[in-house]
Amino acid sequence: MDYEVVIGLEVHAQLSTHSKIFCGCSTTFGAPPNTQTCPVCLGMPGVLPVLNRRVVECAIKTALACHGEVAPRCRFARKNYFYPDMPKNYQISQYDEPLVVGGHIEIPTPEGMKRIRLVRIHLEEDVGKSIHGENLDDPHASYVDFNRSGVPLMEIVSQPDLSSPDEAKLYLQRLRTIVQYLEVCDGNMEEGSFRCDANVSLRPRGAREYGTKVEIKNLNSFRNVQHALEYEVIRQTKALNAGEKLLQETRLWDTTRGVTRSMRSKEFAHDYRYFPEPDLVPLATTREWVEAIRRTLPELPDTRMQRLVAEYGIPAYDAGVLTSSKALADYYEACIKRYPKPKVVSNWIMVELLRALNRDGIEVEQSRIAPENLAELLELVDDGTISGTMAKTVFDAMYETGKAAAEIVQERGLRQISDENALVTAIEQVLANNPKEVSEFRAGREKLLSFFMGQVMKATQGKANPQAVNKLLREKLAGKEA
Amino acid sequence: MITREDVEHVAELARLELTAAEKEQFIAQLNNILAYFEKLNELDTSDVEPTSQVIPMSNVFRDDAVQPSLDRTKVLQNAPEESHFFFKVPRIIEE
Amino acid sequence: MDLHALTIHELQDLLASREVNARDLTEAFYRRITALDDRVHAFVTLTREEAFEQADRADQRRQRGESGPLLGIPLAIKDVICTEGIRTTCGSKVLHNFVPPYDATVIERLKAAGVIVLGKTNMDEFAMGSSTEHSASGITHNPWDLGAIPGGSSGGSAAAVAADECAAALGSDTGGSVRQPAACCGIVGLKPTYGRVSRYGLVAFASSLDQIGPMTKDVRDAALIMNVIGGNDPRDSTSAAMPMPDFTRALTGSAKGLRLGIPREYFVGGIDSEVERAVRAAVQVLEGVGATTAEVTLPHSEYGVAAYYILAPSEASSNLARYDGIKYGYRTPQWSNLRDMYMHTRDEGFGAEVKRRIMLGTYALSAGYYEAYYQKAQQVRTLILRDFEEAFRHVDVIVAPTAPTPAFKIGEKTDDPLQMYLSDVFTVPVNLAGLPGISVPCGFNSAGLPIGLQIIGKPFDEETILRVAHAFEQHTNYHRRKPPL
Repeated sequence: MDYEVVIGLEVHAQLSTHSKIFCGCSTTFGAPPNTQTCPVCLGMPGVLPVLNRRVVECAIKTALACHGEVAPRCRFARKNYFYPDMPKNYQISQYDEPLVVGGHIEIPTPEGMKRIRLVRIHLEEDVGKSIHGENLDDPHASYVDFNRSGVPLMEIVSQPDLSSPDEAKLYLQRLRTIVQYLEVCDGNMEEGSFRCDANVSLRPRGAREYGTKVEIKNLNSFRNVQHALEYEVIRQTKALNAGEKLLQETRLWDTTRGVTRSMRSKEFAHDYRYFPEPDLVPLATTREWVEAIRRTLPELPDTRMQRLVAEYGIPAYDAGVLTSSKALADYYEACIKRYPKPKVVSNWIMVELLRALNRDGIEVEQSRIAPENLAELLELVDDGTISGTMAKTVFDAMYETGKAAAEIVQERGLRQISDENALVTAIEQVLANNPKEVSEFRAGREKLLSFFMGQVMKATQGKANPQAVNKLLREKLAGKEA
Repeated sequence: MITREDVEHVAELARLELTAAEKEQFIAQLNNILAYFEKLNELDTSDVEPTSQVIPMSNVFRDDAVQPSLDRTKVLQNAPEESHFFFKVPRIIEE
Repeated sequence: MDLHALTIHELQDLLASREVNARDLTEAFYRRITALDDRVHAFVTLTREEAFEQADRADQRRQRGESGPLLGIPLAIKDVICTEGIRTTCGSKVLHNFVPPYDATVIERLKAAGVIVLGKTNMDEFAMGSSTEHSASGITHNPWDLGAIPGGSSGGSAAAVAADECAAALGSDTGGSVRQPAACCGIVGLKPTYGRVSRYGLVAFASSLDQIGPMTKDVRDAALIMNVIGGNDPRDSTSAAMPMPDFTRALTGSAKGLRLGIPREYFVGGIDSEVERAVRAAVQVLEGVGATTAEVTLPHSEYGVAAYYILAPSEASSNLARYDGIKYGYRTPQWSNLRDMYMHTRDEGFGAEVKRRIMLGTYALSAGYYEAYYQKAQQVRTLILRDFEEAFRHVDVIVAPTAPTPAFKIGEKTDDPLQMYLSDVFTVPVNLAGLPGISVPCGFNSAGLPIGLQIIGKPFDEETILRVAHAFEQHTNYHRRKPPL
């Protein structure tokens, strides 16, 4: 039976405001336990929440970037359940009147752009953190830290439009790019500022009804998301093929064992008893406010990505990588402004530049190669000043020193040797030094040409023009025919 | 109307461990009260907006400015059990 | 004259003329408390040390040339309002040892005005009750008849004021908890418009209904306290941005030209005949001083109690979820796991009335019942609101009894919760509609128990209800009678 995979993702993004959503405590990560709390985020008797305006602005920005509809009026609601990391034993969230409805994100798949629709985006407060006793002291206890309680969260819910674990990973990367771009969230999965739960089900290909939906939690890196989904697809496929009925349940991804495990179900299915939060007034977003925020936005990542494809004809995948940060996209366009060969530049950035940046763990803004410099380097290759191979060496030197390409070529004497006379000398020398190989070549071992090429390159410290060498070598090898 | 199971379910949701005597009493009292609530069904409210807030207000905000947090001694002062600057609770069983 | 028997403004005159100082007053009230409170049991906590420090500071401020209507005045505070460093129990075992690290906004404002806090007063647990019989700290007795309830849930504050154990007090009102005990104890009790006074620091019972209000010996005192505690608070999102008038300017002594609405539905059956007589007589007094009356109709009156007893417990069930033995308060000594700890802590910590309301509220919000109960009640709330809006197109204030009967005997209604709830029939609609309401003493029954007249106003029109109340008071002497203690 051929099954198609149906995945929906729920992302909780911590907004990078200075203070919490309902009180003035700092949101900085990593502070000593219970040092960033106050009566409000501790849920002490008598306290009341007051909404941080910037939290709303961040969500509106995200809505605009994802083409969602900002509700003219929305409300907060209480989600009631008991848990030690929830100081009030209810979470202030949004229920039937969320801030944003709909929207979509384009993901750059190998087959081209795919649109993933959103259900909604809403605001809520984060809860505290607990440590299991055995990791601290008493194994029969848990230890609760409320620093994180009240940190603003944006919950982004996608439609089940994702068709594979790969697409899920792409979607997450794209979403993370967007929120980082907008500077509303730092997208750090390891630190917990960008969290993901997945819903995955299978159905026979072509079927209209959805299969049994399983929720997967505890996905704290892109790799874990992918592996967990891959595992789950296999698990569900096996079960369905064996004729087993799948349970609609929540499973935890166990990183160590590489499996999803069923969570011991709670006594009753969650009855959150949602009702409108009486301590907060409704939130009205006027056209003017939304437009004012829209005017502060840079070109949105999606728009830019699509524009790069349209204007420069580069593949969707490339456009996706190049717009993974605003700085990188700016770099790219600055470069092609001077050197208008989009695919060449895109290759250089994606292969050489990003490799170096990733290796050193720095951002493109910190790189010593300015976009104009890269452009110049590529011009030098085009006009024959240096060979394509030599360009890599020059690039590395530019990256280390920050000097311009021409300067480096000059300093280190890396000019390409194209002059035929000079080349002929080197070639004749090589042929003279390798008579055995010459005979074998002439006897039919054509492959030895690369050997001779290599020798000529070595003799010329890599500066020989490869095309010229190739031509002359062939002539010489052929011409020495008696 | 409200059964023993209902009472037990609601008590569970509210995290109240009721004694058998309390359950009996609540079943009777709650049924009495809920019967009284039936009165509201005399009213046709199909076209009536619910009021969640009497005073019409919207958009009350605070600025995104950090205010000093509560001194940690005060945070933990009322804690029934405190350890290593955390609130100590019985072990949470990870589901 | 006994200092303890005087009103705030009378005491302020003495303080201003330096005949007494704040320390003298504080001593006088503590002497009175010592003499009476083991019979009345209005107080849960007395704060002698802090009070004398506050008194001395008030006296120093006065010596530096400061003055103000509340400077040096000793007050009692209902134990549902957070006072920094002072145990705040809400009448519950669950908070028996809770010491807030912060002051409620109203307390900050009162302290800035130079008030002295004598102590915290007894109340029905978490403000749920109409008799102050549901406190973990015992029962408070009505100073007019120690075998009778003082009303609730602000019974301690009402009794303290009536017994002259303080110059005035703060209470809180969700369904009548300031007005009804004021009526039971023969004093003035004002519930402001919802949003007029900050709720920051008021331990929440029902968030969309709660308000803090003054409980005083006369109407002027209530206006003086309102001037200090009222006004927008950025820490309370539901506090209104309405400008604050000087409420004492409403105290003209005249009700001339004011139209009083008499709700037809309020005088139909179930109301004690002596209460009805006293209230009607009060209306006549007001007519005698220039007010006119008109009958108004509040057709949905009979549904108020049902709507209230769905909405308030629903919000309360959520507001009280935080009492779980983790961050503060009581924790059960008997637990073997987390679930046990929650269940036993809450079952042992809460009293029966609180548990009953948590159960009711949880049920009303639960899956499958939300529309039938919670939403329905919110819709009925709209109808009640509209009733008042319509009535106020024709009148300036609405007058009514505060309670259908005077104070009943201790223990009389504790067996039948529903009967207790029904006694809130005249007060709950005012909370549902968010309107201001004041209760003033308007007579006594044959047993010598006080009867209260309730005056209900338009949103944010405390001025008019104060004006009517004051005019009534100026032409009667009920507020001057003292209980035979």
